[in-house]
Amino acid sequence: MHEMSIALSIVEAVVAHAQKEGGVGISEIELLVGKLAGIEADALTFCFSAAAAGTLAGEARLVLEEPEGVGECGECGLRFPVNFYYAECPECRSLRITIVSGEEFLIQSITIDERGE
Amino acid sequence: MRGESKSMCNTCGCSDDGGAVLRKPGESDYHVHVDDGGAGKHHTHGEVERSEEAHHQEVHHDHHHDHDHHHHHEIRSRHVLLEEDVLLKNNLLAERNRGYFEAKEIVALNFLSSPGSGKTSLLETIIPLLQQRLPVAVIEGDQQTTNDADRIHALGVPVIQINTGSGCHLDALMIQRALHEMELQEHSLLCIENVGNLVCPALFDLGEALKVVIISVTEGDDKPLKYPTMFHEADLCILNKIDLLPYVEFDVARCRQNAMRVNHHLEWFELSAKTGEGVAEWLEWLEKRLKLL
Repeated sequence: MHEMSIALSIVEAVVAHAQKEGGVGISEIELLVGKLAGIEADALTFCFSAAAAGTLAGEARLVLEEPEGVGECGECGLRFPVNFYYAECPECRSLRITIVSGEEFLIQSITIDERGE
Repeated sequence: MRGESKSMCNTCGCSDDGGAVLRKPGESDYHVHVDDGGAGKHHTHGEVERSEEAHHQEVHHDHHHDHDHHHHHEIRSRHVLLEEDVLLKNNLLAERNRGYFEAKEIVALNFLSSPGSGKTSLLETIIPLLQQRLPVAVIEGDQQTTNDADRIHALGVPVIQINTGSGCHLDALMIQRALHEMELQEHSLLCIENVGNLVCPALFDLGEALKVVIISVTEGDDKPLKYPTMFHEADLCILNKIDLLPYVEFDVARCRQNAMRVNHHLEWFELSAKTGEGVAEWLEWLEKRLKLL
């Protein structure tokens, strides 16, 4: 289950950023997880709560944006939604499809808590 | 895909309790934790760091209360844009490994498959053939045992075993640590046999030149469709155990077609590690592609 090691690396990264920014906590983490990124969103959310426990991200809300897959046909250039890598062009039936979107896997942003005066 | 990766994860159950260990065949005392020596913090070993984190939080907390008696501190939220690749750390380490390989003219191959499709047998077949041309070394990845490393050791090539414990894949840090423990020769071939798993290892770049996915004819010919991420990431696919084709229901053409649907750049080879059929053709391609000679 690679989601656990991935959850730990997310926690490690956001905690490092929050500390650098002088934050005392992280209230929200925005992730971009493409539908084709090979990440099980439910498993990641589940692992995240365990991975974040006791850290600055312990109370953080995980917000997942899951962009749909988009393929581009190598024959006719048509762009169309794809569910997975074995896509077929709906126009010319070509199988030479390049994935142009949906493989994103980014920590988009974090919301840090700061102590004001 | 959802159901599949879940069931796979139940099988391999990666967690952060164990941590990877390096072992060498014939050296029962040899035992190196990947986490040792501070070669870099590893994402499956967050415990120490997390307890430090908790400690920091507590300190901040107390501090906050002390001051509360005198005046009010307000907690304000600030949105910070990161746009950072989640696998950044692994990818950076993989690039460092890649740089090391390039500097020493080492060609690294990452062998990926489900358990039992013949990764180790294939290595046993090709190593004696390749050894005549260039030095070969092997990194073996398994959850437990040095069985595979012992088999490679018997061929007389340098080998190190990474036991991932509960981990389901090799990552770039494990490879980096293994490289520290090996003395690889310049202009050589390094075969990395990943943990038998068609899901998780697909996501972790190790710094290899090529990802080689192996399936065998005793598996279903729809495997590329069931585990598309792996086939999408691979550079070449090897269909192994073709000597068994007369005895199994396996449609080679359909399997190849399925693999090509997932990745139309995929190179395709059919061979039998046991009889040696098709091995020469593949090695010829490999030598040309990697300019091994």
